[in-house]
This record gives sequence, structure tokens and C-alpha cells, in this order.
Amino acid sequence: MAVVARFEVEYTRFLDPQGEATQALPPFALDPAALLPLYRAMTQARLFDSKAIALQRTGKIGTFASALGQEAIGIGVASAMRAEDVLVPSYRDHAAQLQRGVTMAESLLYWGGDERGNDFSVPRQDFPICVPIATQVCHAAGCAYAFKLRNEPRVAVCILGDGGTSKGDFYEALNLAAVWRAPLVVVVNNNQWAISVPRSQQSAAPTLAQKAIAAGIEGCQADGNDIVAVHHLAQRALAKARAGGGPTLIEAISYRLGDHTTADDASRYRDPAVVEAQWAFEPIRRLRNYLLRLKAWGPEQEEQLIKECSEAVNAAVEAYLATPPPSAADMFDHLYATLPTALAEQRETALHFAPHEGGGHG
Amino acid sequence: MAELNLVEAVNRALAWEMQHDPAVVLLGEDIGVNGGVFRATVGLQQRFGAARVIDTALAETAIAGAAIGMAAMGLKPVAEIQFSGFIYPTLDHVINHASRLRHRTRGRLTCPMVLRSPCGAGIHAPEHHSESPEALFAHVPGLRVVMPSSPSRAYGLLLAALRDPDPVIFLEPTRLYRLFKQEIADDGAALPLDVCFTLRAGSDVTLVSWGAMLQETQAAADALAAEGISAEVIDVATLKPLDMATILDSVARTGRCVIVHEAARSGGLGAEIAANLAERGIYSLQAPLQRVTGYDIVVPLARLEYQYLPSVERIVAAVRKSLEAG
Repeated sequence: MAVVARFEVEYTRFLDPQGEATQALPPFALDPAALLPLYRAMTQARLFDSKAIALQRTGKIGTFASALGQEAIGIGVASAMRAEDVLVPSYRDHAAQLQRGVTMAESLLYWGGDERGNDFSVPRQDFPICVPIATQVCHAAGCAYAFKLRNEPRVAVCILGDGGTSKGDFYEALNLAAVWRAPLVVVVNNNQWAISVPRSQQSAAPTLAQKAIAAGIEGCQADGNDIVAVHHLAQRALAKARAGGGPTLIEAISYRLGDHTTADDASRYRDPAVVEAQWAFEPIRRLRNYLLRLKAWGPEQEEQLIKECSEAVNAAVEAYLATPPPSAADMFDHLYATLPTALAEQRETALHFAPHEGGGHG
Repeated sequence: MAELNLVEAVNRALAWEMQHDPAVVLLGEDIGVNGGVFRATVGLQQRFGAARVIDTALAETAIAGAAIGMAAMGLKPVAEIQFSGFIYPTLDHVINHASRLRHRTRGRLTCPMVLRSPCGAGIHAPEHHSESPEALFAHVPGLRVVMPSSPSRAYGLLLAALRDPDPVIFLEPTRLYRLFKQEIADDGAALPLDVCFTLRAGSDVTLVSWGAMLQETQAAADALAAEGISAEVIDVATLKPLDMATILDSVARTGRCVIVHEAARSGGLGAEIAANLAERGIYSLQAPLQRVTGYDIVVPLARLEYQYLPSVERIVAAVRKSLEAG
């Protein structure tokens, strides 16, 4: 018998759950001051997240998908990207979007039921969040192909969940991108749950990272609650992709501390005590402990940060709530580049019956 | 000028646009070295290179999905689905993403892609190779759906599709690929994407059809003409958005309408046209309108497919019924 293939999946962690370095930190993290923006961004994302849930509970926005406990993935990945790269996110990736420059007011506008929230001022070429599972991996592969064809030093970065790795789209996209050696980084936020289905029932594969091996690309694992590890692997994968080395898959292992969305009640299918225990591993306290230990952070700075981030969230909420609703014409005017004649009459009907738009129902 | 059949016209239109627009890329199964199983892309990889004429892995979902990413990043991808029966894995991407990317980003990202596929029965093909899925796509807001019925319209409409800023589903009737030739200037001239083509003027009845069925429809018009019945023939080559004005105008003059399509009857585009006539042209009609369509059954395999497809006789019979009605 001959062995024709063997593979290994590398696991990376720099900070343990107590925030102690388990090995020498990578170059970008050697100066603790370089970690402060990441700490700030995670804190901001979490405060935004909790405010968004509160807004949903009070009827101010629609269903919202919390990223509680997974902030290190979005911030760690997006902070490693260049402005000209393209993020192709899932619906749980507002942390990554905020890091990319999407404003909290824009995000709230989208979750509040207004597509204008997807018309980001920055970054203009990032995709809006993707709701159908894992379809975005195919889109990201196509983006990456475009960059490669034009010899642009840009990378497409796609994020999906652990459940998404069960979809054919995920396999097909990895397979194509690998053949194309396209500049693509795929990040799996393995938060252990796809709504009510746990990781163990999602796949019998010991790691999700090894699914990349089948496509002929590198798959690696990070402690997804260690932002140093996530950022490091993302940085490495981005550099490789930019240099023509092709795609990489990063499985970032985290835990969904919240419900699937505000429309979900996770206590129906998982023991709250198990979730409670997972708080010991969450990413923000981990980095804070590391910074506190190095005296790069202190209670006064923490207090000031919370104050600033809360004010920024509140300002975003005010801006969102002060945004007037769009015209009914808005439903029609962006479907095609030019409104087809066949739609013009329906547009007139919608405007006629729209309240406050000169319609008969006023 | 060149004498071209429909599949050659498709090839020339693709070549013209690739020559003039470096953003155009083709992707699909067997389209490169092999030139496509119907030879629609023959010679294009040799001419424009493997980076722009991409032989993809065998994955229709990712072909459609990757085309969306390419389009959003400024390319003009033309994805070929090898047979219409294999187009269904693309629906998630076409419906959930391609058709609505412009809308959901308020125009920040767009999806100028073309999804080409052969369609229709009549070439003794295996199972899953004879479907007419136009109504599925025409139901989706944000798409354009086009089906040419001749080499010259294939050339002009495909160029228009390639230049359109929105996603276009371009369905090519396989039965017409090599059925007849036409003189084509190959001058890069596009046809409009939002009007019906009146192929024959007439005064007694309006025959509305598209794709390969125009063969039978025009033959029926010939047969009727021999009896002194004057049929107007309209080609609804651009099925979505639908140009009802041309059809309504014709029916206003003839007072009678027979709609002919190959796809199954229920929920087919004939029903949409009929509903529009009922809403806006009912007082023009001197007789109930007639539909001559594929039956609401699975498209049969080769031995029965011509009993499924609307025939000249069925169309003529429907016209007679219309004329006898009042």
C-alpha cells in the first residue's frame, strides 16, 4: 500500500483565555500600542451589537444577528485588509464591516429595513451582507478572479459560518478559486452553532479547515477568540494571496454567546450553563487582561473608552432614527439601470397609493 | 457580410464584443479548448486566451456565483450553461443575488452579466436537454430574458445583452442553431432589448410567439395566407421586460390573437400576455384568444417530442377557431 496524500492542519493561538501569551507574539503585536486600536474596535463592535439588540426589542429595527463573542474574527480579519481589498460578508459580520469603514448609522439603516444602508460611503466595493448561506463564497471567488485578470494587487475576503461549510456553494467556490489560484481568503466563523444545530451534527470532519485541503488549498485553524491569532493568520493569508500564492481558508473557532438572531431563543436547544461557561473564553476580556498585565491599559482608559464608544453608538442611533424613510419610488428606481416601460405604470401606482407622496390616501 | 447560422452568429457577437471590450470574459464547461458542446465559443480561447475564455470546473452554481463577483468588480462575464436542464443550480444566485445586487446596494454594485444557455426541444436530445425555462426567469424582478429566433436577431440581441448594465438570461433555441443561415454584416450593431419584432404584417389575426416556435408560427401564417387569411406575426424576443405595446397595437388592428409557445402552458408567458390583453385589450378582441403551447407534462424523450411541440396544424386550427368565434 502506498500513501498518496497526508495533510496537517495547523492551529494558532498566542493568547490563552486568561490573556497570557503562550508563545512569542507575531511582529505586528510586539508593541502593545498596536493592539489598542483592535481592542477599541472590538469594544465598539460589542457596544453596537448590544444597542442593536435593544433597538430590535423596542421595535426600532428589524431582526438582527448578534456577533456577541465573535468580535475578534471580524475585527482581526478586517484590520488585516487593505482599503482596496473587498470584503464579502455574511449577515453576522457587522464587526468586520465597521472595521472596514461602514458606519454604525449605515448598518442600523440596513437592519432597520432600508437598503440605503448598503450604499456605504466607504468601502464602495465591499459586498453587502449575504443572507443565503455560503453563496457569497462563489461571489468572492469571482471578485478574486477579476483582480487576478487585471493584475491588481487586491484580495477578496469572504466570511461564512460553520454551517455554511456544509453547502455546495462553499465547496464549489473553493474548488474553482483553487484552480484559478485566485487571491481569495475564506474565513469560517466556527461559532459552534448553526441556529440550533451544533458543530458535531454539522460535519463529521474533525476540523472544518481540512475541507480546504480537498480543494487543494491551505486550511488552518485559529483560536477565534484570540485576535492576535486571527489577525496574524489573516495577514499571512492576505500576503500570500497578494503575492500570487492563491487562496487560504482560516477556520476561526469561537462561540456564539447570543441567540442566532433576535428572532431566536437559544434556550430551547442549548443549556444556558454551557453558554455561561463559554464567557471565560471571550475575546475582549482576553485582550484586556493581556494589556492590563503589560500596563498598557488601565481602568481610567477603560472608562474613557466605554464612554466614547457609547457616545458614538448613541450618535449613530440618533442619525439612523432621524433618517426619513425613502420614497416609494425608491423600490423601483434601482432595480434596473433604466426603468423599463413595463414598470413605469406600477411605479406610478405605488406613488399614488403611498402615504405622504401626493397619493389618494394621504 | 457573412452567411451565418444561429450558433455562428452567437460566436461572432461574442468575438466582436471581446475584441472591443476587454472587460468581457467567458466562463463555462468545455467552452475553451472544445469551443462549447454546440461550438458557440469555438476559436475564442485561441484568439483571446484562456484567462478570458475560461474552461471551468463542472459546477453550475459556482459558475453563476463567480460571474456575479466578476460583474460586481467591473468585468462583463458571459457564463454558459451547457444545457437548459442544468440551469437550475444557478437559480439561487440568479434570483437571490444577480437580479437584486443593484437594487440592494442602491446602484453601488451592479451585475452586468449574461447567462447563456441552449434551450428547447426538437433535436432528439437526452433527458434534461429540452426544457424551455424562460417563464421561471421572466418571473424574477431585475432580470432581462431574451430568446432569439434567427441568426441576425441572435447577433444583435446578444450584443445588446453584452452591453446591458443589468443581468440578462439569454436562451438560445438549440433547434435553430444550425437550421438556417442569414446574411449578417458582423458590424457590431445591437438590437433593442425592449421591443417585440413584427416579422410579418397582417390584418386578420395576430400570432404571438418566440424562439424556435416562430418556425411553426411563420409556416402557419404561410398556410393561412394561401387560404386568404392574413396573419400578423410578432416575435417576443425580449420576454422580460415585456413590450406589450406592440402586441396591443397589433391586436387592436386584427381583433384576434393566438399565442404560441413551446414551454408548458400553466404559468407560461402566454398567460402573462393573455392577462395583459384581458386588462388592456379586451375591447379589441372579437374572439377569445387562443394559446397553443407545450402541454403541462414533462418534455417527452425523442420519440414523442414532436407530439409535444406545437405544430403548424395546431396553430392553424387555433386560428380557425378564433376566426369562427365571431
